[in-house]
Amino acid sequence: MARRVAIVGTGQTYHKSHRLDVNGRELINEAVTRALADCELSIADIDAIIIGNMDHFESINYVDTWSVEGSGGYMKPIMKVTTGGTTGSSVAIAGYYHVASGLFDKVLAIGWEKNSESDTTAAIVTCSDPIWDRFSYSGAIPSLATEASAYMEQYGATQEDAARVAVRERTHALNNPYAQMYNRPITIKDVMESPMLAYPIKLLDVCPRTDGACAVVFAAEGVAEKIAVRPAWVKSCSVRHTTTWFGDVDYNTGMLSLKRASKEAFEKAGIKDPVEEIDVAELYLPYSYAGLKWIEAIGFCGPGEGPKFIWDGNTDMGGKLPINPSGGVMCTNCIGATALLRVAEAAIQIMGKGEARQVPDVTNAMATGFGGCWWSDVVILGKDKPN
Amino acid sequence: MSEWLQDVKDLTLKGQIKVPYTWSVGEVGSRFLVALRDEKKIIGNRCKNCSTVYVPPRKNCGRCFKDIDEWVELGSKGIVTAYTIVRYDYPLQPTKAPFAYAIIKLDGADVGFVHIIKEGLDKLKMGTRVRASFKEDRKGNILDIDSFTII
Repeated sequence: MARRVAIVGTGQTYHKSHRLDVNGRELINEAVTRALADCELSIADIDAIIIGNMDHFESINYVDTWSVEGSGGYMKPIMKVTTGGTTGSSVAIAGYYHVASGLFDKVLAIGWEKNSESDTTAAIVTCSDPIWDRFSYSGAIPSLATEASAYMEQYGATQEDAARVAVRERTHALNNPYAQMYNRPITIKDVMESPMLAYPIKLLDVCPRTDGACAVVFAAEGVAEKIAVRPAWVKSCSVRHTTTWFGDVDYNTGMLSLKRASKEAFEKAGIKDPVEEIDVAELYLPYSYAGLKWIEAIGFCGPGEGPKFIWDGNTDMGGKLPINPSGGVMCTNCIGATALLRVAEAAIQIMGKGEARQVPDVTNAMATGFGGCWWSDVVILGKDKPN
Repeated sequence: MSEWLQDVKDLTLKGQIKVPYTWSVGEVGSRFLVALRDEKKIIGNRCKNCSTVYVPPRKNCGRCFKDIDEWVELGSKGIVTAYTIVRYDYPLQPTKAPFAYAIIKLDGADVGFVHIIKEGLDKLKMGTRVRASFKEDRKGNILDIDSFTII
């Protein structure tokens, strides 16, 4: 039987497009140091480390070893986990598994990226099958655009609907000094007038490229309560992968992996009515249209109801279900850290450490990870210990 | 702040890796690419368990986890089920912008076929019928189909 596990500390860097003041190891160290300070532990207290980033982004393939000065992994059990866009949620879930197994009491999960160090698209195409799919969908934008145009034709959603999501993210980032897009608000007009990249995606509909890192400390029941005043308990995790053929994806139905992962995570966490029982969500929304379509897959509203749900203000700060108080992926996207930031921000909300971006009275928080050819991770955190 | 920080200039260093690869296509994929190259034919295969017709063909069905051994000839026509029109140029893209990436449901297939459309982009819609247009000089890869054209 798995042990109960909680997040007891989080740390993140200040995010920028180019953090030229630090190299990769130093960037990692910044997040780790903050996470340890947050839970008042020292590196000697950490039993094992999980670290992850994107393959080919920095051209270092043994990151687990290369990073020990920064991570604190010298003479400790350390493993690299890399799963594309979901890397950050994978390191979180692997950290959870390590502690839940009973083999380790305190585990540090780290995600990081120095996006400024390479051509993101050239690096990211290596996720596509070299024989069948690599000639197509160079980088992330065109495949997302294909999904978006199908969604628009199916439900009559508009570019303005998506722009409303982009505006929400930048507005929320006004409360998050760590965000790359901190203090850079935009309007719907700005989004609509930004250059068309691949119909219907415009420049301000997509996430930036970021240098940044995030670290999260997981601890076992019995230990966690002594470390944190209010630990963020892991109520459930779910991972769902589809196949990797771009042509096999049904772009005209909801996102299958997220639908299945959400369903399982809610069931395991005992959540029957997500929109009522989830108090805040930090979702991996790499582009604005995901903020319409993917919340339908999660079950926050029905198919085609995403735009109305957004326009009604439900997902704004002060709304029924605030989404991405941090500003989300469209304001900060250090890819290997991106999904871990979602988990960390969800934990921050449970722990009541969100400062200007804090949602009041959070009992349950949800985090998601998204990657590659439409796969999904879901993590549910709670104030109360899981059953 | 330490005094030396006031004078320091943050440096970056340039580098590049370029690694040649030779990827194995496998027997099933090779049969598909040879048919494309030598006969201008698009072939798929059907999983006996779930009846899904795959194109390009697969050695085994990823969902049923069973081997596939029934071949299906598909012809070169189908409909566009989803698409985007790319407006920016990038060296790794298969052609110059503007062009469309399209998911094409070939007649008789159950999964989409990813390819590009270069002409008639203003007429492109979901449901548009298209036909594969083959290159004269074919080398045994997926771009032996130059693009799909609107019928």
